Amino acid sequence: MSLLAVKGLGIGFGGIRAVDNVTFSTEPGKIFSIIGPNGAGKTTLFNLISGVYRTESGSVTILDEEVTRLSPEALAARGMARTFQNLQVFFRMSALDNVMVGAHVHEAPRGLSHLLGLPSTARENRQTRDEAMALLTRLRLADVAERTAGNLSYGQLKRLEIARALASRPKILLLDEPAAGCNPTETAEIDEIIVEVARSGVGILLVEHDMKLVMGVSDRVLVLTQGRVLIEGTPAEVANSPAVIEAYLGTGLPSLEATHA
Amino acid sequence: MLAQFLQFTMSGLTVGAVYAVVGLGFTIIYNASGVLNFAQGEFVMIGGMVTVFAVAAGVPLPLAILLAIAVAAIVGIGLHRLAIEPARDASPVVLIIITIGGALVLRGIAQLVFDKQLHKLPGFSGDTPVNFLGASILPQALWVLGGTAIMVALVSLFFAKTMIGKAVLATAANRLAAQLVGVNTSVILAISFALSAAIGAIAGILVTPITFTHYEVGTMLALKGFAALVLGGLGNPMGAILGGLLLGLCEQLSAGYISSTYKDAFAFIVMIGVLLVRPSGLLGSKLAERV
Amino acid sequence: MRGLIGNRWAELGAMALLIGLVGLILPSGYYFRVGALVLVSAIAALGLNLLLGYAGQVSLGHAGFVGIGAYAVALLPTYWGVPTLLALAGGAVFSGLLALALGRPILRLKGHFLAVATLGLGILVAMVLTNEARITGGPDGMPVPRLELFGTRIRAPETWYWITGGVLLVATFFAQNLLNSSTGRALRALHDSEVAARAAGIDVARIKGIVFAVSAIYASVSGSLLALLNGHITPDVASFLNSIELVTMVVLGGMGSLLGSLIGAAVLVILPQALTIFHEYEHLLLGSFIILIMIFLRDGIVPTLRKRFTERGS
Repeated sequence: MSLLAVKGLGIGFGGIRAVDNVTFSTEPGKIFSIIGPNGAGKTTLFNLISGVYRTESGSVTILDEEVTRLSPEALAARGMARTFQNLQVFFRMSALDNVMVGAHVHEAPRGLSHLLGLPSTARENRQTRDEAMALLTRLRLADVAERTAGNLSYGQLKRLEIARALASRPKILLLDEPAAGCNPTETAEIDEIIVEVARSGVGILLVEHDMKLVMGVSDRVLVLTQGRVLIEGTPAEVANSPAVIEAYLGTGLPSLEATHA
Repeated sequence: MLAQFLQFTMSGLTVGAVYAVVGLGFTIIYNASGVLNFAQGEFVMIGGMVTVFAVAAGVPLPLAILLAIAVAAIVGIGLHRLAIEPARDASPVVLIIITIGGALVLRGIAQLVFDKQLHKLPGFSGDTPVNFLGASILPQALWVLGGTAIMVALVSLFFAKTMIGKAVLATAANRLAAQLVGVNTSVILAISFALSAAIGAIAGILVTPITFTHYEVGTMLALKGFAALVLGGLGNPMGAILGGLLLGLCEQLSAGYISSTYKDAFAFIVMIGVLLVRPSGLLGSKLAERV
Repeated sequence: MRGLIGNRWAELGAMALLIGLVGLILPSGYYFRVGALVLVSAIAALGLNLLLGYAGQVSLGHAGFVGIGAYAVALLPTYWGVPTLLALAGGAVFSGLLALALGRPILRLKGHFLAVATLGLGILVAMVLTNEARITGGPDGMPVPRLELFGTRIRAPETWYWITGGVLLVATFFAQNLLNSSTGRALRALHDSEVAARAAGIDVARIKGIVFAVSAIYASVSGSLLALLNGHITPDVASFLNSIELVTMVVLGGMGSLLGSLIGAAVLVILPQALTIFHEYEHLLLGSFIILIMIFLRDGIVPTLRKRFTERGS
């Protein structure tokens, strides 16, 4: 039984198949990367899997449970968390509050007791806050916990998104270019975090332009071109595949390696 | 039976034409600047009030009409310069509230400059109803319908054929790009406001002999014109016209056959209904949302 | 978080102190009446602030709920002998349920569309109140039976000042509770990014419904108190103009500042009272005022001051 299984997924926008018949599956504790040139449909694929877009064809299952076309919030409740390529941080809230929001699925939906400020709410707040604080520490953001997210640096915001996603204690984590725009030190840090999270048993789905990062951490790599799967395999298989070399000829893999900040 | 139906239809089309013009005015400004101008109804009021008072002061009617149109256009430009341009980077909702503030100011000024009474103009071709298949129709209603048709045609021609019209469309599509190719966008926005105010004023002048005018008529007209716009599809000029006429018809027919108590409520029920079922309106394209 | 808890008591304390001190120095019944009007408006503004300032969802029809609350304490005791306090609660429950029912579909809309849909809603309420003249007295309004507590009729403006002040403090306390909970974090989150909020598992429609209902209940209670304070009520309470005034109070005081709601309400209630000699200019002044606030004070009084204060502090 695979953690996340995607079968024949597809969607079109105005006659163009942005994602076409994509099939793959991932395992707990493994890092599965999706690469491909700009416009290959990587982010669209993420949006399909995470319920932001509605799939036109194909299916998605989490641990054999059919989750195709479920809403993002329903998917979150089933253990999916994600980050966004273009930052989707709650800019008006503090870093700590951002991460606390990430724990929403584990908090009881009791509007009335929240309004009345019952002791259960205070207890819940304390627990969520402690967990969020631990995550901030783990992502080296503890010293900016009380700061408004809008005032944080780009690199900090990237890590904040990861912390928020982890706060839901996900089974599967979708990371959309977590290292985009980060300097080599920051990239190395994120690299380390990803590996560590995977080691704790979370299945990771990674979209990333930084080839060094991808080839270094991934268990499996899928190459997407024009919405279709070109090849899927281990990093070594993909790097040596004639089809991949051919597809990238002219642009070449090295140009992919150059950061797409 | 038929006579009664014709009567209701005619009055529906007449008020509907005014809603349509208000809706068209909304559309012109919205397309050029992204602002929903809730002072649109005040232009209609200004058209009627200025004409009434100019005529009362002895100015010949045609001259009074021109004066009213000019005043409305200047007010339109002033509204843009003084209230909207300074808040250009504000959210759509803040801009809506600013235009509502603008409407209040204009109403306040009208109340001071003119008065709080109900006013009417004599019909342009007299006030004797014409009998048509048993329905009695005011000649002024024909003025309203004809005038509206001509205005709509002229506005379409303006956008399709003239350089300025095309520049307005270009500004609407992409303000920065229009600036880069040499369009003076702030002039273009001023023109949009002036044009929108002028057609609103004309509608106000045409309809005053039938519905009278008053310093407070603007609010309801703006809201109903907006309902017309939503019904037809926000941003689509033809949608505004269609929506306006439909709204006027439904309103008068339901008032005639069912009850006139909730005649005014009708527009809002329709508006909310359309927003919930099909926010893009009858003629609008489906709105895509990007993440 | 210690900061937030500190803020919390500071905010509540500042509000209590302000109400108390002002109550001690007000010279006459007239001023207490104006003061009570400020506090009553602040209750509605506070509720709207939760919706507009924190959750980022606009309502241009909130006076509709004020109208429901006002007519609940006028109609229910007059025609059906319902005790006034029960009528107040009834109006609040009705407003809350109406908001819950309508909130789900309407709050799916965004920006312009949400603004005009709520605007239409408010106007419909005002129309019903005007048109059902047989029981509401139409545009002339109707008298409101006075509130009786412990066998005495509450009439004195002084008493009303302290009652409304107390209600405002309770309302603030509840609003703080809500904000300092997972529901509160969720509603602030969806203001900044609905996509991210949903990805974090927040049922956006549900949260919007809750905050819309809470803000409607606040508006309704405010309307009930206003009716009881005035002893007479007209459909004007539910008017479009009143909705706009409420929004202006929130923006002026500061979106996302509970204390700001009180400040905003104070300015918008007191100013027209101070300008009654210019009655003829009412529309003109109010309109200019709204425009100026939206252009120059869009960030609101309290947040602007706080920013200046903290900048100087650090």
